[in-house]
Amino acid sequence: MLNYLLQRFWQACLVLITVSILSFVLIYLSGDPIAALIPLNARQEDIDNIRRAYNLDQPLIIQYWLFLGKALQGDMGESFRYRTDALRLVLGRLPNTILLAGASLLLSSIIAFPLGIWAARSKFSPSRWHLLDNFISTGSLLLLSLPSFWLGVLLILVFAGALRWLPASGAGTFQQLILPTITVSAFSTGLLVRLIRRSVYDTFKQQFVVVARSKGLAEQWVAWRHVLPNAIIPVITVMGLQFGALLGGSVVVETVFAWPGVGWLMIQAVESRDLPIIRAAVLILSLFIVLINLGVDVLYTILDPRVKLGKSS
Amino acid sequence: MFSKQIRKSPALLIGILIVVLVATVALVSMVWTPQPPQQQELSRSLLPPFWMPGAQPGFALGTDLNGRDLLSRIMTGARSALFVGITSVFIGGSIGLVLGLLAGYFGGWVESVIMRLVDIQLSLPGVLLAIAILAAIGKGLGNVVLVLGLVSWVQYARVVRGSTLAVRQREFVQGAQAIGAGHWDIIRRHIVPNIMPPLLVVATVNVSSNILAEAALSYLGVGVSLSTVTWGGMLNEGRAVYELAWWNAVWPGLAIVLIVFGINLLGDGLSED
Repeated sequence: MLNYLLQRFWQACLVLITVSILSFVLIYLSGDPIAALIPLNARQEDIDNIRRAYNLDQPLIIQYWLFLGKALQGDMGESFRYRTDALRLVLGRLPNTILLAGASLLLSSIIAFPLGIWAARSKFSPSRWHLLDNFISTGSLLLLSLPSFWLGVLLILVFAGALRWLPASGAGTFQQLILPTITVSAFSTGLLVRLIRRSVYDTFKQQFVVVARSKGLAEQWVAWRHVLPNAIIPVITVMGLQFGALLGGSVVVETVFAWPGVGWLMIQAVESRDLPIIRAAVLILSLFIVLINLGVDVLYTILDPRVKLGKSS
Repeated sequence: MFSKQIRKSPALLIGILIVVLVATVALVSMVWTPQPPQQQELSRSLLPPFWMPGAQPGFALGTDLNGRDLLSRIMTGARSALFVGITSVFIGGSIGLVLGLLAGYFGGWVESVIMRLVDIQLSLPGVLLAIAILAAIGKGLGNVVLVLGLVSWVQYARVVRGSTLAVRQREFVQGAQAIGAGHWDIIRRHIVPNIMPPLLVVATVNVSSNILAEAALSYLGVGVSLSTVTWGGMLNEGRAVYELAWWNAVWPGLAIVLIVFGINLLGDGLSED
């Protein structure tokens, strides 16, 4: 167990190191990193001084080391645009992003669990019920095919524009949370429905279910006591991973709804080429996603005793 | 290969029909569109679709703020969507195929290194990195294809490694090894042909997810530059007039849903056994 955890922890560190290298390199991919800081008529002397002040005269590896050291102390540079600490700006927006991702995951599980279970069970029912299964699985595939930003645009046009029921943008009230949540949850709902359907279906076909039935247990008891607890384990893993994906993927939807989260901040930073903010946003969201994935791994091993820790299959 | 599966799954047939339809439209747009897709004419700004009052013949789906014909632009956009989807899958698929084969066939430290890379890439937030990288290197069709390809290799590497592991154990591979065939020959003649079916399923689904990703990136304004007609770019440009002229918001989005849904149906039908 300890071995396994150490291995996962080491891997999480590797991921973070990769992200830090990538975000360090970003500033060089974009051309001269200080071009945005220097006035057009600057003297060569001043340019050299600025280079020295930002350590740009050092070899790359030293620069990376200095960058990493600062980042670990919470210094990710100053936003070009707001002239304040980039990390603080990103952290200030983080609660909104977590709120949106959490609400979306909650909504998709509320919808996906009944639909997925229903679809799976209808496969074992008389054949007229198979139509229901087809309907639910095709519907979930359609959800996976919707561009989330476009769904957001349509919802705004209908519910904020034509009907005037809900606000189109901003955050702070429950009404403002509704449309972005529906938009973000569409994709994960489709994903979860398909996964739950598959998992419940596969579990129903297993030996212990046959045994439970042949013991004469009531069908409802078999379903709720024997099938569901087993079918849910892989679903929980995906839900955890999906929460991480929602944090990273909310960039697009946040922009549609002007939802003041990390994603929207990052897109605005992209427009004004504010690299310290882009860097801080990528680093913080990645850190969160890595921590969530690590947590899911640990949770998985606790929930499912069949998983042999530390032994690769 | 298809005929048996089509009889079992009508969804697969619908998927194929949709993909063929969009591919045909893309091909036709190379030689003919109702109007030149980039031609601006402010006197024709925001014409409505054909059934609404004020519509003009020749502009069936209406026009955008600059008076460009939406139908012509959607036809041209099909080209970009298929191009991005297919080329990015080709890039990601090639990298993934090579690395997956190396990992699955040779095992040992090669496998450990590659699978560690896979684990790392899987934990990276894809969209986020794509946006950050594109913000740094600049927009453009080529850059988008490159970034999407580089982000997606890992899915292929996993599938290829898994299938290679299975195929490597089979008698015909062991037989080839016994008669002294070289590694390269065995991989090319015995392993690659046998791992193609699962690889194709992953590739199919990946085409659709990369088309979705490109649309999102272009909508955000970090993807393909506006000199190339893309559906995501059309939605980006139409933002200011959504309330005034809903057709600017609806048609390009429907086009995206159509092709992505079609490809997903296709992939779903192929993967069902």
